[in-house]
Amino acid sequence: MSDSPPPSPPVPPPTPEHLTALYRQMRLIRRLEEEAARAYAQGKIGGFLHLYIGQEAVAVGACAALRPGDYVVTTYRDHGIAIAKGMSARAMMAELFGKSTGCSQGLGGSMHMFDAKNGMLGGHGIVGAHIPLAAGAAFASKYRGDGRVTLCLYGEGAVSIGAFHEGLSLAALWKLPVVFICENNEYSMGTPLSRSMSVEDTSLKALGYGVERDRFFADDVNVVEHRLRAAVDRARELSQPTVVEVRTYRFRGHSMSDPARYRTAMEVEGHKERDPLFRARHELAVALGEPAVDALDADVEAEVLDAVKFAEESPEPDASVLAPTTYTGPFAA
Amino acid sequence: MRTLRYREALREAMIEEMERDDRVFLMGEEVGHYQGAYKVSEGMLERFGAKRVIDTPIAECGFAGIGVGAAMVGLRPIIEFMTWNFSAVAFDQILNGAAKIRQMSGGQFSCPIVFRGPNGSARQVGSQHSHSMEHFYATVPGLKVVAPSTPADAKGLMKAAIRDDDPVLFMESETLYSVKGEVPDDLDALELGKARVARQGAHCTIVTYSRMTHVALEAATALASDGIDVEIVDLRSLRPLDEETVVRSVKKTHRCVVVHEGWPYGGVGAEVADRVQRLAFDYLDAPILRVAQLDVPMPYNARLEQEVLPQAERVVATVKRVVTRGRG
Repeated sequence: MSDSPPPSPPVPPPTPEHLTALYRQMRLIRRLEEEAARAYAQGKIGGFLHLYIGQEAVAVGACAALRPGDYVVTTYRDHGIAIAKGMSARAMMAELFGKSTGCSQGLGGSMHMFDAKNGMLGGHGIVGAHIPLAAGAAFASKYRGDGRVTLCLYGEGAVSIGAFHEGLSLAALWKLPVVFICENNEYSMGTPLSRSMSVEDTSLKALGYGVERDRFFADDVNVVEHRLRAAVDRARELSQPTVVEVRTYRFRGHSMSDPARYRTAMEVEGHKERDPLFRARHELAVALGEPAVDALDADVEAEVLDAVKFAEESPEPDASVLAPTTYTGPFAA
Repeated sequence: MRTLRYREALREAMIEEMERDDRVFLMGEEVGHYQGAYKVSEGMLERFGAKRVIDTPIAECGFAGIGVGAAMVGLRPIIEFMTWNFSAVAFDQILNGAAKIRQMSGGQFSCPIVFRGPNGSARQVGSQHSHSMEHFYATVPGLKVVAPSTPADAKGLMKAAIRDDDPVLFMESETLYSVKGEVPDDLDALELGKARVARQGAHCTIVTYSRMTHVALEAATALASDGIDVEIVDLRSLRPLDEETVVRSVKKTHRCVVVHEGWPYGGVGAEVADRVQRLAFDYLDAPILRVAQLDVPMPYNARLEQEVLPQAERVVATVKRVVTRGRG
């Protein structure tokens, strides 16, 4: 193991069909969240809403490197990976609206997107606490020998909390099939990395635990997929964890209540020029022609509007849902 | 019927359930090669191998979280805390993980996990190692909390806890591990949430659990020589709480004293008192009193520790206050 990440291997270009699939997912996530922000402003979505806008290439590239049956676990900024892992736009939007048709019957909300049939083990609200949990899912896979891989996503802010280190330490000790993916979006809420950590590369934390690491930008979804595929293969074939830092940027504030005054408009605009969604769209337009991409966008638009309509028209959950979701079996308090 | 120590009964339960279901495994500090800090898991590594009896480093948050994640995807972990005091650094995994997974996933995931270990005082181990953690955990919906007092209950309830589809926190006691008791040969899982009348009596109900059941029995013997006949309800399970058995007893005796380790502020005793006054108000002939630890951190000094802990003498005095009220 060297003290610098391995050199970037050449990444073969995606087929137009595959790029279409990746772009469509990224576009869907972007548009769903833009509509979610609008609904939030209208008071139709409550609580916290942490948008993923700008980071879509991470979730989509990561899930593209997986097989069906693999697991993902993430933080409260979870809409992107939920959609990328296969959750329907309807189930996500209805959950945001707190409706009974939501993925978690309206009990979880924005931060707690769960989708058992697609291996989405949740968005979790306590920074870093889900990292041991992800190691646990990977532990189960190794215990059963089922060949599944777990992806664990977290922000660079989580690298300072104890649960990150305990989860990583045990995953390394027991050689669990898990990939730890730091989505370094440069700010833990309003605090830049330079004021929260003694090093600027979070993948360096891998060194102390004796695991492989990687670090790259998320400008190109194809690069994300290929670089993460190497880590996923290492987990699946060698049962070895990897620590990856994917350098990304959120275009919106930490949550809807954050005007993001801790960074300049120029900085944000600079990152928007590297928007992975636009990049993918441009590549696709070159490959397929602008009309084909316009048609794809229109298709996404219809799906998003359908999801919003579905969420608005769905019923609220009844109080009868509370007891059976607190305990699995009967329980008399 | 055989005579087993409490620790042997727990071990038997774990062994039987691990033989019955290969999804069950034991994980914790020193559970394997060391044979268990309190020898509860003695011989289990040799029996089941390192795949299913797993020694961990000192990382309670980490391995508690691993248990929760493994339970979510279908395994049935038994996570041992060397003592429940150390669960404080894993509290988040229990409070925000185990207790919440089912609800925040809208019922898509369950968390069939057992957290277990010795709880409460343990003879002069000082303030940081003497906590009665059940009071913290019993307030949390989504968790079940069990605290048996006898080897038979320890075995039957451990089997039930392992088979349960929800998180069960199993409170043992270092001072009970060597206690002997009769255990039926064919004992199967007991139902969680059922109290046991440990002694029949007429004049006052003592509601208690875990080690304090034995203290209450000692107090009962002393009270009997003074002509006071107490009934002892051993709760066994703190959440769910068998209020039916408690209320039935109080309706018979008309008096109630709650005895437990841990501080008097809030907690299980306050919960029992609330339920009894709500559900049996017209039957009560005296206020419900509690015998708890004194409201201070546990001192090291042996004499002071005994003073802080509930003792039979304090139980006797408290029962007498309750029983003699209204008799001039």
